[in-house]
Amino acid sequence: MTELRKTMALHIGLLLLLLALNWLLPAYHHGNLSRIMVLASYAIGYNILFGYTGLLSLGHAMFFTAGMYGMALTMRHLGWTPAPAILAGLLSGLLLSLVVGFLALRTSGVAFMIVTLMFAQAVFLTVLYFGEYTRGDEGFVIQQAERIFLGIDLSDPNNRYLAALLAFSLCLLFTLWLVRHPFGKTIIAIRENEDRTRMLGYNVFRHKLTAVVISGTISALAGAMYGLLFGYAGATFASVQYSIFPLLWVLLGGAGTILGPFVGTLFMFYLIDLSSEFTTAYMLVAGIVLVALTLFAPHGLMGELRRRLFRWLP
Amino acid sequence: MSSKNEFSKGRRNALKTLGLGAGAAATGTTLPLWARYAEAQSSAPIKVGFQAHKTGIGAAYGRWYERTTNAAAKVINDAGGINGRPLEIVLEDDGTDPKRGAEVVEKFATQHECDVAYGTLFSHVVIGSAPRAGELKLPYFVVSEGHHVASGMLNRYTLQPGITDVKSQVAAMAPFVSDNLGKKVTMIFPDFAFGHDHRDFFSAAIEAQGGEVVAKIAIPPTESSFTKYFPKIPRDTEVIYHVMVGPAVLTFVKELGEFFGPSRPEIFGFIDSLEAVDINSPGLEFLDGTFFWEGNPRYAQDNQSEYDKAYRAAVGVDDNGASVSDPTDISTYAHMFGCWETLHVIKAGMEASGYAGAGDRAKLIEAVEAMTDLPASNAHPQGAKVFNGKTHQVFGHQYITRVTDGKLKLAHTTSIEDTLYPDEVDYTTQAF
Amino acid sequence: MDFGPYLILASLEGAVAASVLALTAVGLSLVFGVMRVVNVAHGEFFMLGAVLAWFVATSVGGHPALGFVAALLVAPVLVGGLAAVVDMTVLKRVAYDPERTIVATIGILYIIQQVTLMTYGPDARPVTPPFNTRLAIPWFEFVGGRPQVYWPWGLSTTSYKLFVIAAAAVTLTLVWLMMSRSKIGLLMRATQLDGEMAQVFGIPVERIYAMVFGIGCGLAALAAVLIVPIQQAHYLMGTDPLLLSFIVVIIGGLGSLPGTVIAALLIGMSDGIISVFYTPTLAKILSTLLVAFVLVFRPQGLFGTRERD
Repeated sequence: MTELRKTMALHIGLLLLLLALNWLLPAYHHGNLSRIMVLASYAIGYNILFGYTGLLSLGHAMFFTAGMYGMALTMRHLGWTPAPAILAGLLSGLLLSLVVGFLALRTSGVAFMIVTLMFAQAVFLTVLYFGEYTRGDEGFVIQQAERIFLGIDLSDPNNRYLAALLAFSLCLLFTLWLVRHPFGKTIIAIRENEDRTRMLGYNVFRHKLTAVVISGTISALAGAMYGLLFGYAGATFASVQYSIFPLLWVLLGGAGTILGPFVGTLFMFYLIDLSSEFTTAYMLVAGIVLVALTLFAPHGLMGELRRRLFRWLP
Repeated sequence: MSSKNEFSKGRRNALKTLGLGAGAAATGTTLPLWARYAEAQSSAPIKVGFQAHKTGIGAAYGRWYERTTNAAAKVINDAGGINGRPLEIVLEDDGTDPKRGAEVVEKFATQHECDVAYGTLFSHVVIGSAPRAGELKLPYFVVSEGHHVASGMLNRYTLQPGITDVKSQVAAMAPFVSDNLGKKVTMIFPDFAFGHDHRDFFSAAIEAQGGEVVAKIAIPPTESSFTKYFPKIPRDTEVIYHVMVGPAVLTFVKELGEFFGPSRPEIFGFIDSLEAVDINSPGLEFLDGTFFWEGNPRYAQDNQSEYDKAYRAAVGVDDNGASVSDPTDISTYAHMFGCWETLHVIKAGMEASGYAGAGDRAKLIEAVEAMTDLPASNAHPQGAKVFNGKTHQVFGHQYITRVTDGKLKLAHTTSIEDTLYPDEVDYTTQAF
Repeated sequence: MDFGPYLILASLEGAVAASVLALTAVGLSLVFGVMRVVNVAHGEFFMLGAVLAWFVATSVGGHPALGFVAALLVAPVLVGGLAAVVDMTVLKRVAYDPERTIVATIGILYIIQQVTLMTYGPDARPVTPPFNTRLAIPWFEFVGGRPQVYWPWGLSTTSYKLFVIAAAAVTLTLVWLMMSRSKIGLLMRATQLDGEMAQVFGIPVERIYAMVFGIGCGLAALAAVLIVPIQQAHYLMGTDPLLLSFIVVIIGGLGSLPGTVIAALLIGMSDGIISVFYTPTLAKILSTLLVAFVLVFRPQGLFGTRERD
């Protein structure tokens, strides 16, 4: 039981620390952390599929975008308020991941990467094709006055931070619960040895499909929150780049660790932000750091910590 | 909840003050603390956060926007700065990405403590960043030529006083096209919002002139070869209207020439299709005799104003629109004047409002909103303009040039009245 | 334009795209097949080929053909050499682990892009083609029941575009000969079948890997040199070739060279031909979904045997 206690202490501790930081951080970093927590939720969603189930998707931007547009389009064209709009976003992500998962899971390995990439590309082009409604690449603003969630003004920095923290906590605690749940143990078993898991009598396809849906829906939540908190929806978020980001964050932080997605997102954000202070060639810095990390910390930051120091980290 | 908010504000103010003190100390002054603070208020530079497309798809424009901005800042500082304070440009790269753009605006407001943000070109970056500028109450002066400001989509803190918007540009072209080139127009444009604006505004404008658009060919973004789309051009087309953006523009124009061979219709293009590209590149010979919209003529014209001469020299552009240090380095001359003029509007607005610090931001916006006529001058080398305080959008002359002997020669200048359209928003009714 | 001429034009355009794509994808397929790693930076080596071609072509004076030929010889070799260095300093050290290779090559992608931006700049720059004559193409129509030849408006290609198709065909034949007939090809195939066993038999597997990576990226660079007189060299031009080659390699079946070439033809041509029937962006959506569905229902690719993980 002591491991469980340590685990709980660590993660609840982190959430409490993040809560306390709301009142301690200077405005700039306060705003950054709001973003990072939403993006880290996206990475957590990605990690469920990549880190725990062992399926590498190159198309998660479509789920993020489904959430973002499910929320933004219902607000813009149907006049919905944020609460049902977020649900619409979640539902869009859920349906899309169900369909994509059902089709894409017929493949595995590199073919799975390409199929998800292709579906995401089709979603990106669809957003452009229906430019009349989506305003295509330009995107559109979700006005400040519309972003009132059950009476709370989400454009206020404090409310924004707390909303981001709430979403992040939900995702984090959910994954923590999930990996201790039999379902979580099964998808890890699938990652380690799919054939053996199948021989043990598990329905591998159904487990993988469930993982895709959970992962896609969490990504959609992040997308909806991002659009709502920062007041903008645009096709850029559906581009390939935004499918590669969560992969990078998760690999940096440590795939298959609970805290990895957060650590990776935080690290990458500040790497780019800080290096852009002294050079406009910040992509060069990012590139070098990525190469260095693969050479010297192949399991990501949290993965290395787990391997070297804290074997109990989930 | 409210008490916590109070506390957090207090905490942040304390941190800000600390930061200021540290900054003053770092400058090495030996004055006592209170004097240092007063000193800092009177002669500290006015900081303009410059959101620049240093990387990403907009980098070719970004480089020239940066050169123009630095040249304008130098001219302003050489003439004594703004309200006696030097102007400091704080550059941050936005990667031509709306997400990073919004982060950069936050950085200007809360980290660099800039007085205003400025300089964005690509529409999606403007639209992604403007909500944050509005929430942070940071005046945001864009140089984008998008219709987003005047359409009412943005907010009271976002203004476009230095460059005209696509709706007015396009509408002003229709009379010239239908009177001189033909009535049956085929439009070729990129299949995203910027192209759709061209499609919608021009279709309406040409129909008002008794012409018609016989085909609308939308090219998917990221496309790198174009010939396969040209057969969709109807045979009875009298005029091709083209506008393209991105790194593949030269391929687009070249392949258009190869497609038509010796029997081309009249061609009218937005210079965006060849911005930063040499008009004498191999394969572009067929353009001889065709027409271009230019926001500001790239080649020095016979009737060049002294203002354009001075502006050209200050930025370092020769009479052919190329860098004086490298004749193959073609400028984005049709757009970048907007940076020069916008910085001068910021200066004029700050002087009119007696701007002293962040507390006067609303006064600055009101001062700019109160502007109307902006006569041609060293501050407005592209020509006279009229600013509409309600829509936060400026209106001005448009130039149509013709390719003649490898140069773009002025063929027509539209009046400002040609570019006007009814207001779609009144930002002055919004609270600060 | 009438349907017949339109289809001819779209097919010709498709053939040019397919040739360049085939070269790029065969490079990726070689790396994929022999080394079992995904090189995300493949498109950047393509871009480097185009950029180096511009540098070489502009520094060689005289007739444009001189500069072009020099670029054709120099750029692929330089890029191949750089790729071999990357293999020895980075990929070898991550032991060709699939995931770590992906991250490392994403890092390399950033590095190459940024260094190009800082040295070459953000402009799209053209290379003058060695020759470029517009060739109008005749077509026939029925006038009063009898076929009659005429020259449709706009139906044409250029001599250089035909040259690109021919040059790609020749190069692909050479690659095929190298793989199937030469000793080095034999060693590569042996390594592809079983790296450990090859090592046991005294094949210098590390050197083979470096060579394969160099040749693979060199082929991408060669494709770029061929296309750069038609399209310009730009520091962001690598993304599309990367995605398309990926698709081609998978559709063609992992590591199968003939499959890759046929898939390149299919993808390149269908992109051109689908655009005849639908509005351009819709055509792109449909061709993208088509690729996805081919893989969904035939995960081993059209021409591959079962995938080995």
